Amino acid sequence: MKELNSVADLIREANRLQCGISNIVINHQVATLGVSETALFEGMRSRYQIMRDAIRGGLQTARSVSGLSGGQAKRYRQNASKIGLLSGTAEHAMEAALAISEYNAAMGLVVAAPTAGSCGILPAVLFAVGQAYDLPEEHLIRALFNSAGIGAVIAARASLSGAEGGCQAECGSAAAMAASAVAELLGGTPEKCGDACALSLKFTMGLVCDPVAGLVEVPCVKRNAFGAVTALTAAELALCGISSAIPADEVIDAMKAVGDQMVPALKETSRGGLAATKTARGIEKRIKRI
Amino acid sequence: MNIFDIIGPVMIGPSSSHTAGAARAGKVARQLLESSPQKAEITLYNSFADTGAGHGTDRAIVGGLLGFEPDDHRLTNSFQYAAGQGLTYIFSKKTCADIHPNAVQIRLFGMGREKVTVLIASVGGGNIRVKKIDGIPVHFSAEFDTTVVFNRDKPGVVAELSSILAENKINIARMQLFRNQILQNAIMVIETDQAVPDTVGYRFKKAAYVTRVLQIKAMVERKSKVGESC
Repeated sequence: MKELNSVADLIREANRLQCGISNIVINHQVATLGVSETALFEGMRSRYQIMRDAIRGGLQTARSVSGLSGGQAKRYRQNASKIGLLSGTAEHAMEAALAISEYNAAMGLVVAAPTAGSCGILPAVLFAVGQAYDLPEEHLIRALFNSAGIGAVIAARASLSGAEGGCQAECGSAAAMAASAVAELLGGTPEKCGDACALSLKFTMGLVCDPVAGLVEVPCVKRNAFGAVTALTAAELALCGISSAIPADEVIDAMKAVGDQMVPALKETSRGGLAATKTARGIEKRIKRI
Repeated sequence: MNIFDIIGPVMIGPSSSHTAGAARAGKVARQLLESSPQKAEITLYNSFADTGAGHGTDRAIVGGLLGFEPDDHRLTNSFQYAAGQGLTYIFSKKTCADIHPNAVQIRLFGMGREKVTVLIASVGGGNIRVKKIDGIPVHFSAEFDTTVVFNRDKPGVVAELSSILAENKINIARMQLFRNQILQNAIMVIETDQAVPDTVGYRFKKAAYVTRVLQIKAMVERKSKVGESC
């Protein structure tokens, strides 16, 4: 593969070589960057470890710099099992997604995946699935290459930036990247990875980027929790054999068109959506005084 | 396409533009001063001014001025480190439509009479562009090994410096010249594939019409992207 710009190509190549999409992405990087597979894998391992530490950090974090967020991951952890609406895997993923996002808001060390605002989704989903199915660390690290491949295609065909494409480009992409990785982790074919990616993006399509007071906190932190569950939903649907009527590449192209059609007020400028509410304006005034 | 641009950068949150990019801006400004900074006058522009406090933009810039990378835990408490190292700073805020939405002007004073004023924009994903040095408009990313030469705008300076690089087998990736007015002060920005050793920097300084030579080291993240430093 010359370029990572089509999910269909990733699937075709994986089927041709009878391997996972993750392997295709690794092969691509080895060939185009001239690095060894070991160096590449170790680079990803160091990112994996930072992701894992961020969950722990987030569960201990009190408040963000602005004071707008913090403590929700801990609260959720304390109460979720008592409520018990969602499965253990989903619960675990939501808790981790909140924790990482809160850690990010509190100036913790994170891996943008694909962005800082959406950094909780992918690691949260991988760690929750890894724990539920008792998967070895190597598998989870390898799955990150699958996610990276999907992210690269979205970057090439659409955008990963909220300022360009709204939140669908950030949390939406993160969820699609996670969904595809989970499909591969649980033994799904490359086609199922494509379906998981497409299904997830179809749900987040049109999601606007409207950070209150311009900060990566409200609604970003909680959207990360929703993103994690969306990824799990998409992966489960795909693994059950429910395919996307629209192929992943066309969904990504549609997402690009939607992003272009979105007015600037809804793309990270804090002039629309939740950021334009009365309460948000009050918060903004308070924070400007810091 | 490097996939560590997708799963990355590794950074102190919360914002790649307002925190990671701000730290990079501080670090690059530090490297553009001939001495270790003692005093900084920092002007935050536009979105940096409006949302900087909540994003830790101020702490990130000060941390960068102390030499911290965007993934350094010390960024969070950089004000304490600054006090420990005797760096004083003062912040002001401005709005200006002609300047990038996320920009900062940093005026630095060294141990002696050294000083420099830089304008840097944070352009997303933790990447920056240096836009102005001492009033002269420039444009570079500081991602690569970059040598910044201040010189009088005279014929022959470019030829002399490039021949010194050639003698030392250093490949120029990109070379740009900037100046305000003809035959006045000029700035040469030389991006190289290899780091420029101090001996070469010293020869640059000795060259005719050259007044200052400063070196910016390639981004650590760029090197670690493929895992060598992990």
